[in-house]
Amino acid sequence: MKKILMSIVALGLAMPAFAGKAVMEGSTTVLPIAQKAAEVFMNNNPGEEISVRGGGSGVGIASIIDGTCDIADASRAIKPAELEKAAKKGRNLKAHVIAMDGISHIVHPSNTVTNLTREQIKKMYTSRASNWKEFGGPDLRIVVISRDSASGTFEAFSDMVLDRKRVRPDAIMQASNQAIASIVARTPGAIGYVGLGYLTPAVKAIGVDGIIPTKESVLRNKYPITRPLFMYTNGKPEGTVKKFIDFLKSPEGQKIVNEEGFVGLK
Amino acid sequence: MNKRKERLIKYLFTALAFSSLVFLIGIVLVLFKEALPIFGKVSLKAFLLGESWYPTSEPPEFGILPLILASLWVTLGALVICVPIGVGSALYLHELAGPRQRAILKPVIEILASVPSIVYGFFGMVILSPFLQDTFELPIGLCALTTSIILGVMATPTVASIAEDALSYVPRSFREASFAVGADRWQTLTKVIIPAAGSGISTAIILGMSRAIGETMTVLMVAGGAAVIPHSVFDPVRPMTAAIAAEMGEAPVGSDHYNALFAIALILFLITFVFNIAAEFISRRFRLKLGLSR
Repeated sequence: MKKILMSIVALGLAMPAFAGKAVMEGSTTVLPIAQKAAEVFMNNNPGEEISVRGGGSGVGIASIIDGTCDIADASRAIKPAELEKAAKKGRNLKAHVIAMDGISHIVHPSNTVTNLTREQIKKMYTSRASNWKEFGGPDLRIVVISRDSASGTFEAFSDMVLDRKRVRPDAIMQASNQAIASIVARTPGAIGYVGLGYLTPAVKAIGVDGIIPTKESVLRNKYPITRPLFMYTNGKPEGTVKKFIDFLKSPEGQKIVNEEGFVGLK
Repeated sequence: MNKRKERLIKYLFTALAFSSLVFLIGIVLVLFKEALPIFGKVSLKAFLLGESWYPTSEPPEFGILPLILASLWVTLGALVICVPIGVGSALYLHELAGPRQRAILKPVIEILASVPSIVYGFFGMVILSPFLQDTFELPIGLCALTTSIILGVMATPTVASIAEDALSYVPRSFREASFAVGADRWQTLTKVIIPAAGSGISTAIILGMSRAIGETMTVLMVAGGAAVIPHSVFDPVRPMTAAIAAEMGEAPVGSDHYNALFAIALILFLITFVFNIAAEFISRRFRLKLGLSR
């Protein structure tokens, strides 16, 4: 009896490695790329299995440190505190840049504002400024939408635009890029920020410091709020993880990045 | 052999019965263990009455008053919806509905209880909040009112079915006695049946409150998530459950933020604990009043 049990347990432990499974978790900005790439990858490589989850960059990095995922998607670089934690757990996280992105500020299509300076955006997010009139727009209450603290996009935005000043407390907090895009699409006074891949005709991307976020302006590094998108692995990638990362960096993988609306690596 | 088997089965069931107790104690211990460290950094008063919740900024601030008030607001709002509908349905089912209507209505109410909360959340996000936003010309539809309405609907089946049970516990003799002294149906209902079932109905309401205040997925989706003290029902709010759910995933284990989230959970647990004790207390009194034994 005991022997049978033991062998079942052993089989259970051995199975994942044998079947080529990997779990990927984290940034909702990277999510569309990750999801599409995983689908194509699994199609090309029958037997390999990659499961993809969102949650936010912070969640992905926390998970890979805890060992509950194999690839952490992140839309920001790892923080020193996280590195320290990883080291304590004996993990050596390796960063793979898989795409470039511009954090795009979006408003309702009916909003007449087409450009804001970084200073103006900072004012909207950190002060009590409440009317679009102050920013050359319609007489409409501003609804500031931001991301929860688990978001890498929030961290990057906070670094590059807010100078790490606190977001006003009455800002609406949402858990994903998609949630922000859909709220902005139906809220005339809203302003939010999302990754390039989430720009659709339902929302209007506004220029920052005079430059509209497009693939082109991000690629040429003209757009002021540009950042790399990462995948983190534990140590040098192996097996399925390596195959997947290699695939994503290959021309075929980078094509997916572009199709999803982000900027591929040159 | 048979006797041994019987004893074994008895032990098995004893263990199963006590397992809930073990789970409860385990949960309470973990809550306290993970929550207490935060009070070494922030005083209990600053934690409960602080008005700024900035757990990840430098330096962090852990004031959960906006979160507590948000939870209480949406729960009270939910009561405004679920008490009239729930108690009203119970009264109708018990007093007026014929057997055929009962056969349809009761299962329907129970099905309402079995709709997953994510479905309610989705409904609130996609249908109700745009509707309220247009109707009241709100800056944004994700607010305390939307949350209250959805939570109220979610808590309705709890209130209805427990209140209906309470009504059915009222002995027939009460009603017969009332009719015998010449009271009409309305008088019997308001002067005899409802007072007799009153504490049972209060229990139903309190359990409905517990249901509403502990709900997570829905509030995460429709409350808006702004950690400010609400000034009107149209303000977006961040109830305690939503804060925990949104932030737990990335809070490093053992950090202040992590401990603070456990402390919120502890406070939430204490609130629902008090609710449930109150419900139990009231329903016990109610059984005694009706001359029913436990």
